Parts: sequence; C-alpha cells; structure tokens
Amino acid sequence: MIILGALPPSRFARFPRHFLEKKKIMRPETEADLADMIASASGPICVRGGGTRGVHLDGAVLETGGLSGITLYEPGSLTLVARAGTPLAEIEAALDAEGQRLAFEPMDHRGLLGTSGAPTIGGVVSANVSGPRRVSVGACRDFMLGVRYVDGTGTLVKNGGRVMKNVTGYDLVKLMSGSWGTLGVLTEVSLKVLPKPETAACVLIDGLSDVDAVQAMAKALGSPFEVSGAAHIPVGLNGQPVTMLRIEGFAGSVAYRADQIAGLFGGMSVRVERDPEAVAKGWAWVRDVDTFQSTEGDVWRVSCTPSDAAGLGAKMKAAAHLYDWGGGLIWARVPEGTDLRARLGAFDGHATLVRGAGQAKFQPEPAPVAALSRGLRARFDPKGILNTGLMG
Amino acid sequence: MQMPQPDARVLSRKAQIVARLHDAIPGDAVISDEMETRAYECDALTAYKCPPLAVVLPSTTEEVSAVLKVCHEMGVPVVPRGSGTSLAGGALPTADCVLLGVARMNDVLETDYDNRFIRVQTGRTNLSVTGAVEADGFFYAPDPSSQLACAIAGNIAMNSGGAHCLKYGVTTNNLMGVTMVQMDGTVMEIGGKHLDAGGYDLLGLICGSEGQLGVVTEATLRILPKPEGARPVLMGFDANEVAGACVADIIKAGVLPVAIEFMDRPCIEATEAFAKAGYPMCEALLIVEVEGSPAEIDEQLALILEIARKHNPVELREAKDADEAGRIWLGRKSAFGAMGQINDYMCLDGTIPVSELPYVLRRIGEMSKEYGLDVANVFHAGDGNMHPLILFDANKEGDLELCEAFGADILRLCVEVGGCLTGEHGVGIEKRDLMVDQFAPEDLEAQMAVKDVFDPSWLLNPAKVFPLAVSESRRSMALAAE
Repeated sequence: MIILGALPPSRFARFPRHFLEKKKIMRPETEADLADMIASASGPICVRGGGTRGVHLDGAVLETGGLSGITLYEPGSLTLVARAGTPLAEIEAALDAEGQRLAFEPMDHRGLLGTSGAPTIGGVVSANVSGPRRVSVGACRDFMLGVRYVDGTGTLVKNGGRVMKNVTGYDLVKLMSGSWGTLGVLTEVSLKVLPKPETAACVLIDGLSDVDAVQAMAKALGSPFEVSGAAHIPVGLNGQPVTMLRIEGFAGSVAYRADQIAGLFGGMSVRVERDPEAVAKGWAWVRDVDTFQSTEGDVWRVSCTPSDAAGLGAKMKAAAHLYDWGGGLIWARVPEGTDLRARLGAFDGHATLVRGAGQAKFQPEPAPVAALSRGLRARFDPKGILNTGLMG
Repeated sequence: MQMPQPDARVLSRKAQIVARLHDAIPGDAVISDEMETRAYECDALTAYKCPPLAVVLPSTTEEVSAVLKVCHEMGVPVVPRGSGTSLAGGALPTADCVLLGVARMNDVLETDYDNRFIRVQTGRTNLSVTGAVEADGFFYAPDPSSQLACAIAGNIAMNSGGAHCLKYGVTTNNLMGVTMVQMDGTVMEIGGKHLDAGGYDLLGLICGSEGQLGVVTEATLRILPKPEGARPVLMGFDANEVAGACVADIIKAGVLPVAIEFMDRPCIEATEAFAKAGYPMCEALLIVEVEGSPAEIDEQLALILEIARKHNPVELREAKDADEAGRIWLGRKSAFGAMGQINDYMCLDGTIPVSELPYVLRRIGEMSKEYGLDVANVFHAGDGNMHPLILFDANKEGDLELCEAFGADILRLCVEVGGCLTGEHGVGIEKRDLMVDQFAPEDLEAQMAVKDVFDPSWLLNPAKVFPLAVSESRRSMALAAE
C-alpha cells in the first residue's frame, strides 16, 4: 500500500504550481506583502496553501508558501506557533522529535482527491481538517489558540494568542478555523499540541451490521476506557465488515483498557491488534479514506447524530460507505452528480461534497444562519474577492 | 470603572416599556418595582452596582423572543444574566436597561447516552447538569469554581473553564449546539446533536461573546463517561522556579494530568490558617491529579513522582485513600474562602505562557511591595491560567482604586510576556479598558464588526468588553437611530 502522506514534501515542492498553470500567481513573503496584494486587488483571489484540498476557483492564485516556518515551539507548554504556509510535514517532524503531535489527526486529502503538493498548516486550519480522533479530543478548531490574518480589505488582524485559556474578546480564532479562506488569509496560527502516547491498540469486531456496529461503537465510547477512535467499515479489506475501536496511552493502561473493551462484546467475534505500527497504519487508512482512492464517482462527507447513522447509511444507496466518529461521520461514494442531500432529506447534521462538482460543496444553511454568514463575509471581505464562490 | 450615561429617552418612557413587557409575557415575569429590581443591581463584582430599569424572567425561548422584540422596537438596551456570578461585571445592569434573567429556564430537555449529549435550558446551573447524568456514569466536564451556582448561560457567555480543562477543554470545546435569540427576536438553531456545526463556526463565535451577540436559551452539551477513579499527589518545593520546571517536565514526559494546581507561600499560609489541611510550609506547592483505573493511576503517578524527585521536593505526599485525597484538595478548595477571611480581595485571571511563570511571580512580588498590597497566587499551572488574589480593605478610602491599579499592572504584565488579560472570567467591565493593551485598533474593529452583524443596533449588553471610547460611535449611532 502506498501512503502518499509518507512521501517527503520536497518531491512535490520542486514543481511549484505556477510552472504548471498559466494563471497569475501571487506569492507574498511577508504579512506586509500580503496586505498590499489584497488591498490593491480588484478581482477574485483564490487562496492556496499546498493546493491539496481540492479547491478550484476562478481568480488570481495567492500562494501562502512564502509565509513559512515554525516561529515558536515550547514542548513544556504544549504550544506551537507557525506561519500559515509551513508544510504540515515540517510541523509533524518537529513535534515528533519531542514526542508530541497534533492530536486532532488531520487527514491527508491527496490520495482521495488525486492532488499533489505539500499540505500546509494554514490549509489544515482553514478547512478545519480533523481525523478519527476528533470524536474524543475535538476538531482542529478545538486546538487553535491564535491566528493572524489579513482580511479582504488588506488589514492585518490578530486574535487569540499562544496561551491555552483565553477569553479576552470575541473568539475570531474559531471563526477563522474552517472558513476556507473566505474571511481572510491566515498568516500565522498557534496551536495546542499534545504528547504522543506510548503505545496504541485496536479492538476489532468482525461481521457486524451497520446497525449493530453503531450500537457497539456507542457502547465503547460511553465506557470509561477512553476510546480514541471508533470506525466501522461495512466492506473491509477481506470483504467482510469490521468495526475498529482504538485505545492509546501508556502500555499498561492500553493493555488493560483493550481487554476491558473487548470484554464489553462477549459473544461477538472480537480480536485485539496490539502492534502499534499496525494500529497506526489501520487508522491512517480510515483517516484518509483509502478505500475510496482511485475510484470513480463523487465523495460525500456527512456529519450526523451517531444513532441516525445506520439509517442514513441505508438511505444513501452508496456504491461504498464507511463510518467514523462512532457513526457521527459517514463517508459515501456515489455515482457522479448524485444529489445526496435530496436522497437524505432533512436530518440533524450536514453533508459536504468533498470530491465532485456541479453541486454546492457545503450544505445550504437555514435562513437566519445564512443571513449571519453573509453579513460576516460582507464585513470581513467587503470587496467579495476572497475565494469567491466557496461557502455560499 | 465608568458606565455610560443612561439614555434619558429610555428612562422617561419606563411606564410604556414596562406596559409593553407585561403585554409580552406573564405578569409575574416582569419586575419594575424599585425595591425589587435592587436584587439585580450587581453580579459577583460587587464593587459596582446599578439597579436596572426593569427585570424580566422569561420561562421559554418564545418569551425571550417576545421580550427582545419589545426592547428592540423601543430602543431599550438589554443586559442578559445567568446566575449573576460573573467576577468581571458581565451582568452589571445600567439604569436604562432591561435585565433579562434566564434563572427560570432550568429544565433538562433531553439526555442521550448513546450520542453522549444533554440538552438543557441555559438557566440550569453547571453542577446540576452533571447532577442530571452522574447516576448513569456520565459528567459535564467544564467545572468553574462557582459551579454550584453559575448557570450554563453564563458559562457560554464567558466560555468558562475550570480546574480540569487541561484534559477536557473549556466550554467551547464541550458545546455542540445552541438555540439563540437575536436582539430583534429572531430564533435560530446553530449546531445540534452532531459534531462540527456546518458553515462558519458561529458556535465558536457565540461562546465567549459575553451576551453581546444573542441570548442563548437552550444548549446541547457534550457529556463524557466518568473515569473509573482519580487520585491527587501533593508536592512542595522551595522555589517557584523549581515548581514551574517540574510542571514543564511532567508535561514533556507525556503525562496529561487532569489538573495541575499551584499555590505560592502567601496562599499556603492563608489556607493553612483557615482550613488546616496540613500543607507543608514552603515556597510553592503543586497538586497534580490523574485519572483512570487504580492500576493506570499507579502507572501515571509513578512517572510523575519520579520526575518530581529529580527536583528535590521538600515534600511528596501521595493519597492512599479517598480521605487523604480529600485532605490534599481541602486547602486548595478553601483558598478563596481563606482569603475572604483575611480581607476583601480582587481575583484576576490573566493567563501566561507556562515558561514565564517564575518571572511573572517574581514581578508580582515586587509590585506587591511597591503598591503596599499583599497578593497570594493560586492557579491552574498546566495551562498558565493565573489567579492572583490582591488583598485590600474596601472600607479604606482609595484602597479599591489602588487595588484596581495594581491588578491592571499585573494584567499588562501578562500581556507583555505573551499572555492575555483573562483566561476564564471574561472582560465584562473589569478589563474593558485594558483591551487596548492587548489589541490593536484593527483587532478590536474586527471584533466589533461581528457585533455589528449580530446586533446592528448595539442594544445587547452594549457597555461591556470594548472600551467605552472605542465603542462610542457605534453605541451613539444606535441611539441616534431611535
């Protein structure tokens, strides 16, 4: 199995996009450069980190790669500050050297979307990219401590900071996380990082139906044994369904909790994978939705109430689907152009078109919420130039 | 601390406003008698008092909407209030405001263990949220020290934290959805029973907005399975620097305790005199608590104690049973009470990078001498959230002002070393005028633009968070529009 995420970023960095495309490219080297470029821009700007998240928009491309580098890393304070264009690989290597990590486990979209390039931390934050551990520790936005960004008028703004508890003024840090560059271009982000656990194990249950699997995941996540990942693959590598429950921590604790969790499912076909490398590989496979790589069709990501998941999964009539976050996240692969939202009808949650075109990428919002979103955008980007066409 | 001049046009229309409020909601939910409104004249920042024009105590989201519609139409400012435990003056009324209290809205609407959430009306107290689920083995993680009294509404307004947020995060990390009423009465749902509300992170924006963007009437909160157990250790050190280094080493070693509490000598002495917990007399004391099964706790504590021993502690005390654990926590939990016994005090909550701890404590000690006011430090060391308690005498003329000036200097120091003015109490009126020390005009402008979008008439809690001079043009524009 080829894991794209393991390739050194330099392989891609040798081919900057402006050699490949005949588009105008802006590549600021400083915040002041960036501010000037945006202030003087009159047409649409397509903001790009590593270009791996599948955003294709009209307008001049603005690359953040010139704003790069870790500016502060204090392992004893669990704090890292980096310029937005810093390659994710650089950040992960620095954290790894100190036995720490980004706990929200951002997915790598390259395999799924067939993109190349080096993912940047700014891209991760802008798209609020979170992986399987989101169900236990929170999303990317939950680890965000501070931002610096240039808004649509070319004004540099900072919010939050580098400390873990901060309620000073409004939390624009959360607003900027997941705003896909439509409210401003990030120049620097500060993050809370966490220790890497000593080891990991995975309890595997074979052969469950979607309904039973969602129930089993709820049982595990509702136990005191701190499950850090709960996924169900209806068609696993051997063609059979498999339910995966991850446990991480110190060795003694992991062994104990794996046994306790396995014990919750007496009468079922339960195995425990105790090789941490195999566990890591398995969860990277879930995180990056590897089963959908090199396949045809649109890919949707549906956030829902976990106990609704099996019902929604059935309604999708998908070519393939799988559940993460204990059922709170469904990945679905459907024929190109399928209107999955129409198929699902009203439900508690939202559906995002991750791979595919011709439909709104994000779920339309109810009127009063949409009015607020429009209002914010008009204030942060009054010229309407930042990633025009994305997010409503 | 100044408050804006009350709007004479509102004051002169009191009778009409109260009549409209009576039309909008049941009679006993409107209080306009001057003796009775006095009960709402302040929150826990008791140095500042002002009875509101009227008080409304709605019981439903619809009633909140009806009240806000009236106030919006008549141009009356509204100050929302949870339980009134704000230490920052977040719920301090103005003479021309309608104070909207959510205390009657305290129902549990839904508990769902399969999906691990509870939906409540926001007048419900923090501790009673956990109370509603603990028999089934669950809890609500944010635990501000006022949790017996404080309401979820206020927790959301201030993005409250607590002692255990190193592991579990603060309110914003545990809030899945809200029902919110805008100033014009519009009711909306944001987020819900799923993770990650779609679109812009409005939930993140509302949490911590100090009641300035809307009135949150219902909340969907994440609940967690209770750990099998928890156990603290106590360590004493002969220097703040050493205790600070020990905290950093514990974190670097990969242990994530649920709480790391720090007390300095003045605080230890005061609490010993008050609670007699048997703490060692030393310069700095740490209480570190870990969670899990008995064997897991042993494993983590063994590692923590090994690290602590390298720093030559003057005392290391393990809790062998619940009784001993209780005694370790006794002094820390009575710290604020102990201070209250000695004197009046002002409690700040600036946050600093953990690495700056020794320097900041030394500077606070020096400033304490300069101001001639004693200060004790107790705080959440894992996340750098300080709680300096400045002692003063409220009956002595000028002492409050001196104390406020000292406090402002401490907070400026926090900002100077890379921290912030407030880690969990909020800005309110208390730190409002210091915002310019942390933020550039453009930073404040971006925040005020958000309020413009949510509350264009600037009627919701308008005199808070932003320095009055900074928000003046917006507030006066709202007045002129009437």
